[in-house]
Amino acid sequence: MSDTVTRLMALAARRFKADAAKLRAEADFFETLGIDSVQALELLSELELEFDVEIPDYELQGVKTFTALAERIDKRR
Amino acid sequence: MRSRSCIDERAARKAQPALRKVGRGASGRGHGNAVPLPGPASGRRDQRRGMPPMMRWETRDEICELVLADEPCNEIGTHMLEALERFVAEARKLPARALVIRSEVRSGFSAGADLRELYAGILTRPREEHVPALRSFLDRIHAVMDALDTLPMTTIGAVHGVCFGGGFELALTCDLLVADRTARFGFPELRLGLIPGFGGIPRLRREVGNAVVRDLLLTGRTINAKKAATLGFVSQVVAPGEATDVARRMAAQAARFDRDAAVTAKAFLKPLPREELAREKEHFVRLFQNPCVTEALRRFVESKDVRPYLP
Repeated sequence: MSDTVTRLMALAARRFKADAAKLRAEADFFETLGIDSVQALELLSELELEFDVEIPDYELQGVKTFTALAERIDKRR
Repeated sequence: MRSRSCIDERAARKAQPALRKVGRGASGRGHGNAVPLPGPASGRRDQRRGMPPMMRWETRDEICELVLADEPCNEIGTHMLEALERFVAEARKLPARALVIRSEVRSGFSAGADLRELYAGILTRPREEHVPALRSFLDRIHAVMDALDTLPMTTIGAVHGVCFGGGFELALTCDLLVADRTARFGFPELRLGLIPGFGGIPRLRREVGNAVVRDLLLTGRTINAKKAATLGFVSQVVAPGEATDVARRMAAQAARFDRDAAVTAKAFLKPLPREELAREKEHFVRLFQNPCVTEALRRFVESKDVRPYLP
């Protein structure tokens, strides 16, 4: 598992009070975290600020798993 | 200490559009800046009775605070428009040198126009009434936005969370914007086959380069507070939950200056782009008549997807 995925899941767990140990990199983060669209936007802003990247919304088309999200972040760094 | 407060009880008593759902799910939220046609005559005008007021304002020590409080995210439909009209009618008479506009709704500043009300208006009104009703709404919301834009006091928007479409356009009437790290700005109108219609394009062009406006509009992307500050239309970025306190301190500082000097500086630096505002309205009216808009609204209203902004 990449460093980005690990940091991403830790951040998401902290932000949404989930048990980090139970998060799986291949899980659908919407379902796993139980978040809605507004919370997803909050997560997106936090990720952009944490990793110092810009992730336009359309780049997240079809992105559902922590792994896929981490790949998008890495391509922007 | 002088204090004067007003709770918009009349707005609180107004009915909500029949199709509007209240709640935090994606399907209950409007986004973007479509212009609500006046909603259907539902016979349920007392539907909001007993609900908290959608807006209130209070003036203390020459600082007025306008609080948006309409769940789920301060969607701008007929009743929000009426409440804003009542505020701007009073605002010039208030003993205030500065104004803070903030939202106490958790999800953000404002998600923009009430798309459910707009769709309900299309479904229930005869076709020949669509354009006149739309023009009437646009004229009224433009009058409100212009009045806010030119208030003879320093205006400060405190933004958190969602600030999209019409909500973004409302924020852009402010002289200064403070955004916390959760704030996110965007114009998703093109997803509906529209452009912003509450004056957003001219007002954003007044603050930033044309290429930035094109990037936001033509891709529908949203940007965070730090990017907004880098681009220049946000003055300060603060920690989550701190925007209101910071805006209050900015207002207290602005209120110390000579009123004439402050109002003159504002009018000199921030003229109304009248001609462009008028043209934006005409483009909006024309686009609104395209069938794809009704279809996009139908998809939005009927969508059960929890991720409309992250398709």
